[in-house]
Amino acid sequence: MFEFLDFERYDLLGAFWTTVQLTFWSAIGSLIWGTVLAAMRVSPVPVMRAFGTVYVHLFRNIPLTLVIIACAQGLYMALRFSLGGDRPPEIYFRLAILGFIAYTATFVCEALRSGINTVPLGQAEAARALGLRFDQVLTLVVLPQAFRSVVAPLANVLIALTKNTTVAAAIGVAEAALLMKEMIENEAQLFLIAGIFAFGFILLTLPTGLLLGWVSKRVAVKR
Amino acid sequence: MSASSNSPSVLYDAPGPRARVRNAVMAIVFGALLVVLIGWVVMLLDDAGHLTAAKWSPFVTDSRVWTTYLLPGLMTTLKAAFFAIVIALPLGAILGVARLSDHWWIRAPAGAIVEFFRAIPVLLLMLFANEAYAMFTDVARENRPLYAVVTGLVLYNASVLAEVVRAGILSLPRGQSDAAQAIGMRKNQTMRFVLLPQAVTAMLPALVTQLVVIVKDTALGGAVFGLYDLLRQTTLISANYGANIIASMTVVALIYIVLNFLLTSFASWLEGRIRRGKRGTGAVVATDPGELLELETPPKPAPDIRTSGTAGPIDPSGPTLSGEAGNQP
Repeated sequence: MFEFLDFERYDLLGAFWTTVQLTFWSAIGSLIWGTVLAAMRVSPVPVMRAFGTVYVHLFRNIPLTLVIIACAQGLYMALRFSLGGDRPPEIYFRLAILGFIAYTATFVCEALRSGINTVPLGQAEAARALGLRFDQVLTLVVLPQAFRSVVAPLANVLIALTKNTTVAAAIGVAEAALLMKEMIENEAQLFLIAGIFAFGFILLTLPTGLLLGWVSKRVAVKR
Repeated sequence: MSASSNSPSVLYDAPGPRARVRNAVMAIVFGALLVVLIGWVVMLLDDAGHLTAAKWSPFVTDSRVWTTYLLPGLMTTLKAAFFAIVIALPLGAILGVARLSDHWWIRAPAGAIVEFFRAIPVLLLMLFANEAYAMFTDVARENRPLYAVVTGLVLYNASVLAEVVRAGILSLPRGQSDAAQAIGMRKNQTMRFVLLPQAVTAMLPALVTQLVVIVKDTALGGAVFGLYDLLRQTTLISANYGANIIASMTVVALIYIVLNFLLTSFASWLEGRIRRGKRGTGAVVATDPGELLELETPPKPAPDIRTSGTAGPIDPSGPTLSGEAGNQP
């Protein structure tokens, strides 16, 4: 019954490992870029605020699939922009991460901004009364508290990102969804194969949700 | 909030002379960086020959680009999104009400179904549906992509909408079901005549926002299954109008942006209208289903940070944790 599970032919663990890697690098990148975007959107410099707003509204409304395909066909095929990769599989892997970061950062930014709004007014006022500059108010007082209140929303973004990495199949990155496509086309056990991949993703997303849910309760600012 | 009235934000003071100079320097440096970046991209595009008039002018001069490719593509995208939400909504309503049932043997399976389909990438559901249609049905080959995409979207979004429906029902003040019980309504009647009708109003904005997510997800059909949707047209246009892939992707991206921006604006307008409305309870499900997914105990009628006196918002234009703007990633 399980003879279709030919690990020589189908690299199941390798595919899910690629999914994990895509998620990991995209998560780190979008956390950083999203924080920068959020800082821009609340900054005193109008050009930065405008850039942040326009960026978020543009990228949040484009389908992720289009972003990823634009990375492959636009950046690489048309412009020969390869992010330092040598061969196509590696190049597409890196470009996919770039696309995920560009897209996911907008959601990190919006989550963070909502977190900034949970910090009581008095905190920022007290910080200003001490004579702190904008960057000090933000990095020393407001953002640390904001981060603690948005662990749960950020966990949702991370789980969505894990699922979204399957879109990389559209440009041929050898991750889980692409392998599933290949397997259900070649083998007869549709339900078993689909079940295995579904189980794989539940295994990836469920602990993330539980762990970060626990973390979010632990670090929440008691008010 | 007198503090925020004389300064644009509470995060920084009204700039004095030194801060003004600092801000100006930052603005100039950042602006220069942006210009350099844009200039570099333009240079790359120009070197690769993607800025020639021949690649961009068809979108203005040749109406066939629109009538043969873009508009039919847009119609297919909208058709898939429309079918998906129309089929997913009743399924979601059933699942959502089932999760609120008093009987564990209804509640538990409904909960399991919802959690299962929400944990799985929608692309996997589409792949599964596509293969299932090929193996077990005689859906014509050329119709299969649409069927697969709609089925995948329905399976996923029914679960998401179940949570929206549940949150919508729970967002209603307790007095509504108390009053219904007091006049002798059965549980079934309370749900059908009192709670559900009001919940539908409360969840309208979240529903429109979910439509944005659905529209974006239909693009998977174009990329993976060969559905002739809006995204797919970039390849077709590029093949027929001299490899103008950059130009066609830009135009298609703009169409998606305008469409989704209109939907999002409509959702916020609806939400504001319901929140302020004189009729009804003013209960509304925040337009961010992503937030709802987290809450094990569904949200109380949002303790709106904006109106509570103890904690004012730092960024009055920003989203609140109850999620006034934004859709799911």
